[in-house]
Amino acid sequence: MKIVVLVKQVPDTKNVPENAMKEDGTLNRQALEAIFNPEDLNALELALELKDRYQAEVTVISMGPPNAKEILKDSLYRGADKVVLISDRKLAGSDTLATSIALAGAIRYCEPDFDIVICGRQAIDGDTAQVGPQVAEKLSIPQITYTINMDRIENNHIFVSRETDNGIEMVKGELPLLLTITKEANIPRLENIKFLMKYKKADIKEDAKIKIPVLGLNEIGIEEDIVGLNGSPTKVKNIESVVITKKDIKNYSSDEKGISELFEDLVKNHLVE
Amino acid sequence: MKKSILIFIENNGKSIQDVSLELLSKGNELKEKLDTDLHAAIIGDNNTEFYSKLYAFGVDIIYSVNDGEFKEFKTLPYTKAMLKIIKESNPQIILYGATNIGRDLAPRIASSLKCGLTADCTDLRIGNFEYMKKTWKNLLYQIRPAWGGNIIATIVNPEMHPQMATVREGVMHMIEPDYSLKGKVVEIGVELSDKDKKITILKRIIKEKTVDLKGANIIVSGGAGMGSKGNFNKMFEFAKLIKAEVGASRAAVDFGFISKDHQVGQTGTVVKPRVYFAFGISGAVQHRVGMENSGTIIAINSDPDAPIFDIAHVKIVGDINTILPLMIKTYKEMGK
Ligand SMILES: Cc1cc2nc3c(=O)[nH]c(=O)nc-3n(C[C@H](O)[C@H](O)[C@H](O)COP(=O)(O)OP(=O)(O)OC[C@H]3O[C@@H](n4cnc5c(N)ncnc54)[C@H](O)[C@@H]3O)c2cc1C
Ligand SMILES: Nc1ncnc2c1ncn2[C@@H]1O[C@H](COP(=O)(O)O)[C@@H](O)[C@H]1O
Repeated sequence: MKIVVLVKQVPDTKNVPENAMKEDGTLNRQALEAIFNPEDLNALELALELKDRYQAEVTVISMGPPNAKEILKDSLYRGADKVVLISDRKLAGSDTLATSIALAGAIRYCEPDFDIVICGRQAIDGDTAQVGPQVAEKLSIPQITYTINMDRIENNHIFVSRETDNGIEMVKGELPLLLTITKEANIPRLENIKFLMKYKKADIKEDAKIKIPVLGLNEIGIEEDIVGLNGSPTKVKNIESVVITKKDIKNYSSDEKGISELFEDLVKNHLVE
Repeated sequence: MKKSILIFIENNGKSIQDVSLELLSKGNELKEKLDTDLHAAIIGDNNTEFYSKLYAFGVDIIYSVNDGEFKEFKTLPYTKAMLKIIKESNPQIILYGATNIGRDLAPRIASSLKCGLTADCTDLRIGNFEYMKKTWKNLLYQIRPAWGGNIIATIVNPEMHPQMATVREGVMHMIEPDYSLKGKVVEIGVELSDKDKKITILKRIIKEKTVDLKGANIIVSGGAGMGSKGNFNKMFEFAKLIKAEVGASRAAVDFGFISKDHQVGQTGTVVKPRVYFAFGISGAVQHRVGMENSGTIIAINSDPDAPIFDIAHVKIVGDINTILPLMIKTYKEMGK
């Protein structure tokens, strides 16, 4: 069985340090640490569980700048068999549609006989949750999103539970297909010391002892005009930083008078009926 | 031919999701600005029930796939149905609720149509866009938070139409329905093949929601400073009076004062009510990310320097044990 996991390196938007806000109230992106997108670790964990249970072969693919090799090394440390970096200047500015075109191309090129593609539910930089379903469409395979538990694989079918808007659904899907995984699905394993030693020297450099392959658009056979900024239907018109400012605060005393005034104001402003 | 605005109507056979009605409400405003028609796409097996309601929300044409095969949401059949409806409706804009269903379906359609899609919008407007000396008129501004809420981005799709977005529940104002309005229905038939049936639903477990924090206009939340379960009982009494839901900090949940489904914050529910009362909550960042976009934040804390006051609009320094009963008494005495 062949499994492909898609992982993304993201800025750690959940931990914005004080110095990340510039004087003018804009965000200094460099101040944010680059991390393994949290739910992609859950996606990788699910693949590794399938590897343990069904001897699956796990290929991890990431599209990003050269520095994204860090999360690929991390994937090797946790037990991935093969990693590939898709990196090309012409991919800069890709929105989710352009990203999914490139990733689908990469999957077709690297692992055409895959059985399962696994993605995180969403990446914490954009929180879009779109790339998974869009890759599935590009590969003409079904998708199961919001997966919270994997039960088993039997007769070329996978049995999973997924979160719906009002509960849980148990579904059966015929392989090949794509899954997106939420953080509830599992607890990602840590790096394994044995793999850490083995892959410590892995790198994208030509002369690296263990070479992490880097593929550009030419290799994966994708035309440049359907990816990158030009291939992206959505454009960012503008961005505003949300600066947490001390708002005008109104004080009320905690005695009877203060509380009466508060409720009178709330009712007057239609905040409370 | 005039290009429409199309809204995906999420329904469970018994009722239409509020978010779809909110989108129709917004659709009325956009329809006026763009001088076009408002269309609804409804897929299910009991659609006729809803037609009068859809007209009442200003729909000019309903495209209906009404067939037992479509009783439950499944990605591939629904995608096929939507693609057929889109062909008929010829929309310039398509809106979906940012629910699990909307966020499963919309990207699949966007990929198929090779058009743009913006997830989880909190605001939509119409405006022009200039880029490389070119101007596009009357585009949909799709406004959404990104980077964990640290930035607000305005996204446009200038060229590859339709312009599609999923929109969060509870952010658009719902209009009053007008049941004298009428429109027309176009029935659409969809043939499914084996290829569309690769996923089977084996079982469905519906969890009855007892707490509706997301939909609440007012939330009264308590933290560790509440001190006891007994005080939370008082909080429920207060909540009932002012028609609020009860929220909590993680510390209050960890102390066992209240169950986890009430938790607000990073690992709980993210809320945006009109009014948020924070009783005895210090204002840790993990709590703040879940409530700081609330309309009016009223913080009650015995510590005048508690960080919650950095984001609050109303500050009351004092002891909950006296303030909460006083609030209940005061509100009752106002003749409410
Ligand atoms: C990964 C992670 C995720 C987390 N997720 C969440 C989350 O989703 N939601 C969440 O809430 N927290 C979350 N937390 C926990 C968070 O960091 C705080 O510990 C928690 O919010 C504190 O709750 P609190 O304000 O009720 O308690 P405390 O910080 O103990 O504050 C109690 C407050 O009550 C006041 N007080 C005490 N007695 C009285 C009185 N008699 N009258 C009036 N005021 C009084 C005190 O002055 C104090 O300000 C998370 C933490 C981590 C590490
Ligand atoms: N550049 C990328 N490289 C690899 N995988 C990606 C990339 N972008 C998104 N993904 C995958 O798609 C999921 C959803 O991402 P998003 O749509 O950006 O929220 C992520 O959790 C990843 O599994």
